Amino acid sequence: MGRFSIFTSMVAMLISFSFTAHATTAEQDLWAGLKQTYFGDREIRDNADDLLVLEAPTRAEDAAIVPISVKSLQPQTADRYIKNIHIIIDKNPMPYSANFHLSPALGEVDIATRVRIDQYTDMRAIAEMNDGSLHMVSRFVKASGGCSAPAGKDMEAAMARLGKMQIRMREANIGETTQAQVVVSHPNNSGLQFDQKTRGYIPPHYVKEMVIEFAGENLITLEAGISISEDPSVRFNFTPQKHGVLKAVVSDSKEMTYSLDKQI
Amino acid sequence: MPLLILLLFILIPWSARASADALESYVIQQVSEGVYYHQGVHQEADSENLGAIANVGFIIGDECVAVIDSGGSFREGELLHAAIRAKTELPICYVINTHVHPDHILGNAAFKNDKPKFIGHEKSPAAMISRQQHYAKQFSEILGSAYQGAEFIEADILVTTDAPLRLDLGNRPIILTAYTTAHTDHDLTVYDVKTSTLWTGDLLFVERVPALDGSINGWIDALDKLIELNAAMIIPGHGTAFAREESVGWQKLLNYLTTIREEIRFIINDMGTIEEAIASVGKQEAEKWKLFEDYHRRNVTAAFVELEWE
Repeated sequence: MGRFSIFTSMVAMLISFSFTAHATTAEQDLWAGLKQTYFGDREIRDNADDLLVLEAPTRAEDAAIVPISVKSLQPQTADRYIKNIHIIIDKNPMPYSANFHLSPALGEVDIATRVRIDQYTDMRAIAEMNDGSLHMVSRFVKASGGCSAPAGKDMEAAMARLGKMQIRMREANIGETTQAQVVVSHPNNSGLQFDQKTRGYIPPHYVKEMVIEFAGENLITLEAGISISEDPSVRFNFTPQKHGVLKAVVSDSKEMTYSLDKQI
Repeated sequence: MPLLILLLFILIPWSARASADALESYVIQQVSEGVYYHQGVHQEADSENLGAIANVGFIIGDECVAVIDSGGSFREGELLHAAIRAKTELPICYVINTHVHPDHILGNAAFKNDKPKFIGHEKSPAAMISRQQHYAKQFSEILGSAYQGAEFIEADILVTTDAPLRLDLGNRPIILTAYTTAHTDHDLTVYDVKTSTLWTGDLLFVERVPALDGSINGWIDALDKLIELNAAMIIPGHGTAFAREESVGWQKLLNYLTTIREEIRFIINDMGTIEEAIASVGKQEAEKWKLFEDYHRRNVTAAFVELEWE
C-alpha cells in the first residue's frame, strides 16, 4: 500500500462504512468497523500499556486544540522499533487522524501533536512494530465541535502567515536527548467550515505530510488529515549524535510545500 | 406590575401559568434613565436557567426601542420582550447583537414579529453561519423546550471596524462600534450618548471568568480603548453593571489577561510546552473568578497558540 493510499481511499471507505454504522450504536461496534476498514483482519493487541502511553486531557478545554502525546516505554533500537503510530479518533468525520512513520534513529518515542475532536469519543494510538505486529492503547476524551469549529479564531491573521514555520528547541548538546517542535502556520481547513462570502463550504486545504530529518536521515514522517488542529505542530524527542541540519518539509493538499531547517 | 400580572393571566392560556411565574422572576434593572438590563446568572446554560447567563437589555428612545442582545434561548427572548412591553409600547426598531455567542443571540427570533433591523459586526454573519449548526445541535439538547423557536437570523445592518454607526431612537443617539479581533473576531459595543452608558458586550466580564475566543493581544488593546472612553455607566457582557468610579471592573479583567499573557510568553520563550502552560499558568487567578475551572485552561490553550507566533 502506497504511503498516501490509506488517505486517498479513506473517503470511499467511510461512505461505505457509514451505512453499516447506522445499524448499530455501541462504541465497540463502531471501533470494530473502523478496525476492519483500516487494518482488515490483522490482529491488534489491546491495552498495550507495557509499550505505549497515550496522554490526552479527559475533558478537552478547546475542542479545536486538544494536545495529545504518545510515549513508548521501550527504546527504539535497530532490531526492534515502532515503525508507525496510527492515531484514530473514532467519532471524528475522518477517524484515521494521523500516521507517524518513525525511525529507530529517534532513540525513543516521545511525540506530541494537537488534534480536533468533534464529539465525545474514544481515541486510539496503535503502534506498528517493525515486525508488523500491532499494539493499541486508547482513551476517552470529552470534547465537541472541534472539526466544524470556524477555521481559527481569526481566519485573516491565519491566512496572512500561511506557510510560516518554526523549529523551536533549546540549545542542543551532542549526545543528549533534546526536545524539538516543528510548527507550521496553516488553516488546516477541514472542508466542514462554512464560508459566508461564497455561501459554500471552505474547500479542504490541509497539511498532508510533514517530513522531519536530521543530518540527512529521516526521523519522523507524519501523514495527516483534517483531524489535526490549525497550525499543525509536532513535538518530539531525539538525540543528535553529531552536528547536522534538522530539516522539516511540509506539503499540503494543494501541493504547496514549505520548509525550514536549523543547524545543530 | 399587579395589573400586568393580571393581564397575563387573562391572555396566557392556563397551561402557561408557569411562564407568568418565570416572567415575575425575570428581573429588569434600570442602569441609567431609559436604559435597562437583565443580569445573567453565573452558571453554565441549562434548561433550568433558560440559558439566561449573559446580560441583555434595551434602551428606550422617544420613538423606538433598541434591544441589546436578546438572550440565551428563545424563551429568554420572550421574557425580555414581555419585560420591554411592561415598560413601553414604542416599537422595537433594532436588535443589536454584540457578537454571536449563543447566550447573546438565541432570543433573536422572539423579536421577529416586531420587524426590527438586526444589527451585528461586519464579521458576524460569517461567524454565525459557520457556528450555527453546532450551536443548534448543542443548545437544543442543553436547553430543552426553552430552545424551541430559536432561529439564526442574519443581520440586516453590519457595522464595519473603520466607521462607528450612529443610530437615533428619537432624541436618543446611540453609537455602535465594531472592533478588530478581541473577545471574538466580531465584537460590537453600544454607547448611549445621553446617559454616557456603555454596553461592552463580552469585551468585559465582571465576576464570571472571561472566555477567550479571539485574540488575547487584541482583547487587551480593545480594553485599553474602552477604558479611555471613560463612560459614566458600564454594562458588561457578564456581571453587575457599575459606575465609572468603580473602575476595578476593568482592572480585574485587564490583570487576568495581562497576567496569563506574561506567564505564557515566559513559557514560550523558555521553549516550554502547551501542556506545561495549561497546567501552570494563572493559578493565582482562580479565587478571583466564578466558573474559573470551566474556562481558564481553555483560555490558556487559545492564548498559547496565538502567542506562539509572536
